[in-house]
Amino acid sequence: MYGAEFEKQVDRLVARYPEAKAAMLPVLWEVQKEKGWIDKESEAWVAERLGTSPAAVHGVVTFYTMYKQKPMGRHHIQVCTTLSCMLRGSDELMDHLKGKLGIDEGEVSHDGKFSLVRVECLGSCGTAPMFQLNDDYHEDLTIDAVDKLLDGLE
Amino acid sequence: MEKILTRNIHKENSQSIDVYEASGGYQALRKAVTQMTPVEVIDEVKKSGLRGRGGAGFPTGLKWSFMPPKGDKPHYLLCNADESEPGTFKDRLLMEKDPHLVLEGCMASAYAMHADACYIYIRGEFVLGAEVLERAVEEAYAKGYAGKNVCGSGWNCDLVIHRGAGAYICGEETALMSSLEGGRGNPRVKPPFPAQSGAWGAPTTINNVETLACVPFILERGADWFKSIGPNEKNTGPKLYCLSGHVKRPGVYEAPMGLPLKELIYDLGGGMLHDDRPLKACIPGGSSVPVLRAEECDTNLDFDSLAALKTGLGSAGIMVMDSSTCMVKSLLRISHFYAHESCGQCTPCREGCGWMERILQRIEDGGGLQQDIDLLKNIADNIEGRTICALGDAAAWPVQSFVTKFRDEFQAHVDAGRCTVQGVA
Repeated sequence: MYGAEFEKQVDRLVARYPEAKAAMLPVLWEVQKEKGWIDKESEAWVAERLGTSPAAVHGVVTFYTMYKQKPMGRHHIQVCTTLSCMLRGSDELMDHLKGKLGIDEGEVSHDGKFSLVRVECLGSCGTAPMFQLNDDYHEDLTIDAVDKLLDGLE
Repeated sequence: MEKILTRNIHKENSQSIDVYEASGGYQALRKAVTQMTPVEVIDEVKKSGLRGRGGAGFPTGLKWSFMPPKGDKPHYLLCNADESEPGTFKDRLLMEKDPHLVLEGCMASAYAMHADACYIYIRGEFVLGAEVLERAVEEAYAKGYAGKNVCGSGWNCDLVIHRGAGAYICGEETALMSSLEGGRGNPRVKPPFPAQSGAWGAPTTINNVETLACVPFILERGADWFKSIGPNEKNTGPKLYCLSGHVKRPGVYEAPMGLPLKELIYDLGGGMLHDDRPLKACIPGGSSVPVLRAEECDTNLDFDSLAALKTGLGSAGIMVMDSSTCMVKSLLRISHFYAHESCGQCTPCREGCGWMERILQRIEDGGGLQQDIDLLKNIADNIEGRTICALGDAAAWPVQSFVTKFRDEFQAHVDAGRCTVQGVA
C-alpha cells in the first residue's frame, strides 16, 4: 500500500516499539500524510500490518481529533476557542473566518481550498488568539493579519 | 533571578547540540552515568524537594523510588509532553527552543530508573516541537548520549519521540500508556500503579517535561542549591509560569517557586490589558483548578499557598480575567472543553460533563432557571471523586468554584436572560 518507501517507513516505526500495535498512531500519521485522510481501506491495511482488528483501528481513528475521517480542505484551519483565546477575541476571529470563507464550522469550501474547524486549547494561550493552518501555528492574530495570510494562499 | 530552565532559549541556534554543549550541556548526564549509581541520582532528586510540574505536584524522587529493582522485565520512562491543560504552554517553549535540555533530563532520569527506553509522548498538534525533538534525538544518538553504551557507561537506553493525535485525556498518565500502546486513550484503574505494571505491563514512570528538565541542574549544582530557590523545603526550585488572558504581556515567565501572583500580573505581565478594567478573577493553575476572586489574589504561586486557598498550582497556567468578563460564558467555555475531552468510560463524567455544558448553554442563551445554579453544583459534586481518573474532578472544580464565588452574577444572568456584566458587548 502506498509503495515500497511507505512500507519501509512503517517497518522503521514498528521497530521502535516492543509490540507492533504501538506503532498505531505513527502509522496512521503516515497514512494521513499520503492520502490526506484515513479511509476504511487504509484502516484494514493498518490492522493487518499491526496484527489487530479493523475495529480496533477504527476505534483509534475516531478517538483522536486530528485523524481526518473525510477529505478536508487543502488549507485546514483549526481555530482555538478555549478560555484564554476566548478572552482575547477568538469568537470574533471565528466569525470573521466564517464570513470570509463562506463556510461554517466543520465545513469544506466548494473548491476544496479551505476547511474550518473549532478546536480545543492548542497550548498557545500566551499568543492568543491563534489558529493552526495545516501544521503551522499562527499566533497573536488580528483580522488584518488573517486576511493577508489567507489572501496569499494558492 | 538567574535564568535556569530558560537560560538558552534566546540564544541563536538554541536547538543545536553544539550550542547546548557549549553551555555545559550533557555534563550532568555524563556525571550521572559515570560517577553516580541510580540510587544516588534518586536520592539527590529526593533531597532537592522537586515536585512534579505537570499538575499533581507529587514529589518526583519519591515517585521514582516506587520503581522495583531491575529484574527480567524492561523498565520504561515516559516523558509526558502532551501539554494540553488550557492555559498551559511552558513545555512547548522548552521543546521548541531547548530540546536537548529535555533530552538530557529524560536520559539522566531514565538512568536513575534503570530504563531500557524513554518515550517522549508529545501532543499531535505540536508538529514543530516534534520535528525539533526528532532532530535533537538524532544528534544525541550520534554523540553517544542515547542508545547503546551511553557516555561509555555500558548502559543502553533508547530515546523515541511519539506523537499523539489530539486528545487532552492522554496527558493523564495511564491514558498516555493506553495511547502509547496503540489504543484509544482510556485511563486505567489504579492499582496497579505504573511502577508495578505500566506500559506493556512493565515497570514504568511518567514525568512531565519541565520536571525532567530540572533534573540536570539538580545533578550538576546539587540538591541544596535547588532547595535554596523557593519559599520553603516543600516548594522548591525554578518554575515556569504561563500567563494568559487580560494582561498586557502574556507569555512564559521563569521565576522562583512561590512568585507572588500580583507580581506576575502587574510587574512581569505589565498589568491589566485595559487600564480601566480591573482584575475580576484569576485561575492560577490551568482551567481545572478552582477560580480565585480578585480579593483572593494576594497569594504566592506555589503548591501549598494555593492549596490553602482550596485551589492549586496545577500546571501553572495563570488565566487572568478583567471586569468585562462574563463568568457564565467563561464557565460555559470551560465546561464545553471537559465535555468534549471526556473519554466516556465513567458514567458520572461522560453524562455529567454534557449535562453541565447544556445547562450552562441554557443559562447563557437566556432560558436558565434559578434552580439551575444549584443543579450545576449538584452535578459537579456527583462527578467529583467518582471517576477512574482526575478528569472528572477537573471538570467539577471550575463549576463548583464559579457558581459559588460568582453566584450573584449567575443569578442576575438568569433573571435578565442575558449577561449583565458592564462593558460586555
